[in-house]
Order: sequence, then C-alpha cells, then structure tokens
Amino acid sequence: MLTEIFITPFADMVAAPDFLMQVLWEGLVSGILYALIALGFVLIFRSSRIFNFAQGIMVVFAALTLVGLYAMGVPAWIAVGLTLVVMFILAVSIERIVLRPLVGQPDIILFMATIGITLFLIGLGEIIFGGENKVMITEELGIPTGDTVLEPWDGLLILQHLDITVVVVATLLVAALLAFLNYTQMGRAIRALGDDHQAALSVGISLQTVWVLVWFIAGIIALVTGIAWGARAGVSFALEVIAYKALPVLMLGGLESITGAIIGGLMIGILEKLFEIYWGQPLLGGNTETWFAFVLALVVLLFRPQGLFGERIIERV
Amino acid sequence: MKDTDGYMTEDGRQIGGVLMEMKNITLRFGGVVAIQDISFDVREGEIRAIIGPNGAGKSSMLNVISGFYHPQEGEVWYKGERRPAMKPYEVARLGVARTFQNIALFEGMSVLDNVMTGRLTHMHAGIGAQALWWGTARDEEIANRRKVEEVIDFLEIQHIRKTPVGTLPYGLKKRVELARALAAQPSILLLDEPMAGMNVEEKEDMSRFILDVNDEFGTTIALIEHDMGVVMDISDRVVVMDYGKKIGDGTPEEVRSNQDVIDAYLGVAH
Ligand SMILES: Nc1ncnc2c1ncn2[C@@H]1O[C@H](COP(=O)(O)OP(=O)(O)O)[C@@H](O)[C@H]1O
Ligand SMILES: [Mg+2]
Repeated sequence: MLTEIFITPFADMVAAPDFLMQVLWEGLVSGILYALIALGFVLIFRSSRIFNFAQGIMVVFAALTLVGLYAMGVPAWIAVGLTLVVMFILAVSIERIVLRPLVGQPDIILFMATIGITLFLIGLGEIIFGGENKVMITEELGIPTGDTVLEPWDGLLILQHLDITVVVVATLLVAALLAFLNYTQMGRAIRALGDDHQAALSVGISLQTVWVLVWFIAGIIALVTGIAWGARAGVSFALEVIAYKALPVLMLGGLESITGAIIGGLMIGILEKLFEIYWGQPLLGGNTETWFAFVLALVVLLFRPQGLFGERIIERV
Repeated sequence: MKDTDGYMTEDGRQIGGVLMEMKNITLRFGGVVAIQDISFDVREGEIRAIIGPNGAGKSSMLNVISGFYHPQEGEVWYKGERRPAMKPYEVARLGVARTFQNIALFEGMSVLDNVMTGRLTHMHAGIGAQALWWGTARDEEIANRRKVEEVIDFLEIQHIRKTPVGTLPYGLKKRVELARALAAQPSILLLDEPMAGMNVEEKEDMSRFILDVNDEFGTTIALIEHDMGVVMDISDRVVVMDYGKKIGDGTPEEVRSNQDVIDAYLGVAH
C-alpha cells in the first residue's frame, strides 16, 4: 500500500514523461481559468469586502447572452461586444440598486445580497434564454477546434487547439489586468481602495466608480471563462460550478491577494489533475477532482490560516 | 491686521484674502459635543495652526473641513462660496488634501504608487483610454509621473521610491503621506499632527518641509500640532480649542499671552 502511494506514482511519471506532460498541460488549462475567476473574486472583495456569490451565475449569464444573441442573428463578434455591454449595464445596475443602498451594512448582509443577485440572474436567464442546454458558438468565433500531436521522448502529447487558445487568451487577459492595476491611475485607485478606505476617499477616489469597475472586470472574466468552459461542456446553468472551483483557490491564495489568486489557481488546476491521474484513479476509483481542491485548501489552512499569500486574516478584530 | 486684503507676516510674506471660512460649526456625536459653535478663517498662503489638549475636537474640525464629518450646525465657506454637504472624495477634488493623525497609507503599494494616487484628483482621461494606454491617458500618466518625481525629490524620499510602504519606519511613513497630499497640488493642505511621535531631529525635518512647501508653492496649510514650540515657530496664526470650544485665536504671541490658553495648557486639571 505504501509503495502504491509513495513510489508507484512517481515511477509512472518518470517512466512516461510524455504522459506526465499531458497531465500537467491539462491541469494548466483548468488552472488558468480558476485563476481568472479567483481574480474576479479578489478584486471585488478587496474593494468592497463583498464575497461575491454571484460570480458563478455571471459566467452562465454571460455565456447565455452570447449564445442567445447569436441565435437571434447577431454576428458572432458583434455578439461578444454586445455581451460586454450587457455585463457593463449589469455592473452599473448592481452598484446602483444593490451596493449603494447597502453601504455600511455588515459584510454578511452584502454577501446575502449577492445571493439575491444570483437568484435574480437565474430567473432572468431562464425567462430570456430558456432553461435548456445550448452549444457554445466556438467555431463561429473563429476558435480553432483541431489538435496538434507532439512526440516528445518518442511519446505522445496531444494539444487541443481550443486549449491552446484558452491558455493564450487567459494569459493575455491576466497580464492585461495586472498592467491595468499597476500602471494606470484607475488601477491604482482599485488597489488603493483595497488597502485603506479612508485614505482612498481623501485622495478623491469615488467608491461608486471603483465598484462599477471591479464588477465590470468580473463580468469580462465571466464572459471569457464562459466561452472557454462552455466550449468544452456546453452552455447550461451547470457552468456555475466553475466558480465554486475558485473557493479553494481563494482559501489557498487568500481573499485579498492578487498574486495569491493567480498562483493558487494554477496550483490547484495542476495538483488536482496530477492527484486524479496518479493517485485518484488507481487507488480511489477516480472522480477526485470534485473534492481534492477543498481538502488541499483545508490542509493548508490548518497551517496558515491567512492562506499561502494572504496579507491579513479574513476576519479581523 | 485682519483686513480683507490680507496682511504681511513678520518674516515678510504676503498673506492673501480668506480662502476658507468656518462659520458657527457645531458637531455632536450622540451626547458628546465635539465642536461647539466655532468660527475661524484660513487665508490664502498662510500657515494656520489648530492647537488644544487631547479630545479638544481638533481632528473633528479637520474632518469637517475634509468632508469626513458633517456638522449639525454651521457653514463651510470655500473660495468665496458656501460649500454644500459633500463626500470626502468630492471635497478632495475641490483641491483639499490631507494627512491623518494615525497615518493612512496604502501599505501594500510602493512609495511611488502611493504618491501617484495623490494625482487622482487630476485625472481626466476615461477608464477605457487608460485601459488601452491611449493618447491622452498616456500623456497624463507621464505628466503625473513627472510631477510626482518632483514631489519625491522635494521631500527627499528618492531612495525609497520603490519600497512597499508597509515596511517603512514611522517617520518616513509620515513623510510619504505628506508627499501624497502634496502631489495633489492642493489649494489647502490639512495636516493632522504631522510631527506626533517623532524625535527632535525628525520634527525639525518635518517643520522645515512644511515651511518649504508653503514657501516654494505658496500652499495654504492648516495643521494640528501638540508641540507648542513647533507651533509657535512655524505658524502665522493659531486657533486654540478646548473641550470643543474656541478659547483663543491670533498670532502665536497673542495666543501665548491669552490667560484661558495658559490655563488650558498649564493643566488646570481636566
Ligand atoms: N467618529 C466619532 N464618533 C464618536 N465620537 C467621536 C468621533 N470622533 C471624535 N469623537 C469625539 O469627539 C471628541 C473630540 O475628538 P477629536 O476631534 O479626535 O479630538 P482631538 O483631535 O482634539 O484630540 C472626543 O470626545 C472624541 O471621543
Ligand atoms: Mg486628534
């Protein structure tokens, strides 16, 4: 038994490095999407102390809107633009109708308000687009669907073009977000508000503007992840679960750390895949990806309550 | 001395007309009267001090000026107009910059980025343009950077430009906070105990910076300070508060010889 846990998996990795590469690659593809979603959570949490329960349904809503608009005859890329407009309107509405009236309320009330937003979006999505599953307009968007076969070490490594596109686009989006946060005045305002509310107000930062902005960024992230995940799994309300994958990422990375979200996302994507293939399937009958990340996060939290990169403990006194 | 056209200071600086006027301000927190019917003005180009024992209501007054507190009674007049009730960020955009008694910096950001946030009141480019690093946005970023480097040089903090603020010692944090306020090129600069908790040498440095700012840029400054010696040295006129009331107002000499002030400070037991 000990051999199977501690020796066999590593022996397998060494024996078939091409297969190990395949596993790592697939882990990376999921990981970068987890990282993106977690980034959306972190930006909202830092600037408003709101844990955004609605992130998952925003992914569904964005994907549904895109597919729905296309079904109505709007050309694919114009539909992407219009979906972004819809996500912007959503951000403005949430700030006006939900956040602004609740300023100064306890964090738990704001959290519950995001549950309200979730239920509202589920209802709205079903009324407008219907509840049945749909197909993502992958080809219509020009996303390649073939694959490339590499032969490292005389082995086999299959890279889906869809996955390559996802990695490239998500990496660019993360890089663009980091550049925006670090090298523009609005980006500095977002980070500043996350660090100190009072000081932020004193330099002329409006809470409202920043809130609309971070919710809109969360909306952009929702659309990108919605397209990427929807292309593999179809567009349905089940897409929501990708956002729950961000929870262990946040537990690992800390709710306030931008770097933590990115590194935590990649780590979880890769580790859960490795675990599933080399330990889960041979020893536990597989399907460990549903719970592995949570267990990993819990174990880390036992030793570091603030997460791996967390700047502060979540509940402060 | 208080004619409408201002006055000449002892050291020969011309002080201008009234920039900000507080009229009969009263501020209460439940049963506590933090400020009771206080009026005073701040003139263009002057260094105006607010002094008084702990709990006198000095910080509250600064918070009223900067829009963090809203008084139950009284009016704030600024640049010749009555200022309606405003949020702090709106007041900031009118050219009012401040520091806090308990330093409020963006601890996770570098000194440079902290000071850059001081330029947010000078932001005109849209968010979209900024996101795309477009024309005006890029020019603005470059202009802001230049201004910020000037301020950083002026306050002699070049050596810590890239340092995360959270790791700096107390005295330097105070200076970074001043730099951030100064970067806004404010019409009036509010400093809440800029020298609190400093040693003699640091206090001298800070006094010099405050005087230099006023001298070099003509910035109007209202400051709260505990150290009587410092106040007498650097301020043109002084408001004295005690238990929320104004007990003195005038030049340092006038204030020093005011019996109520002497009583308050010689610790007629509180
Ligand atoms: N936000 C607040 N809530 C309740 N009471 C306050 C608040 N701010 C100040 N006070 C009270 O107002 C009085 C004056 O405080 P403050 O303005 O901080 O004095 P100072 O700066 O002169 O030491 C004190 O009694 C203080 O407890
Ligand atoms: Mg005070």
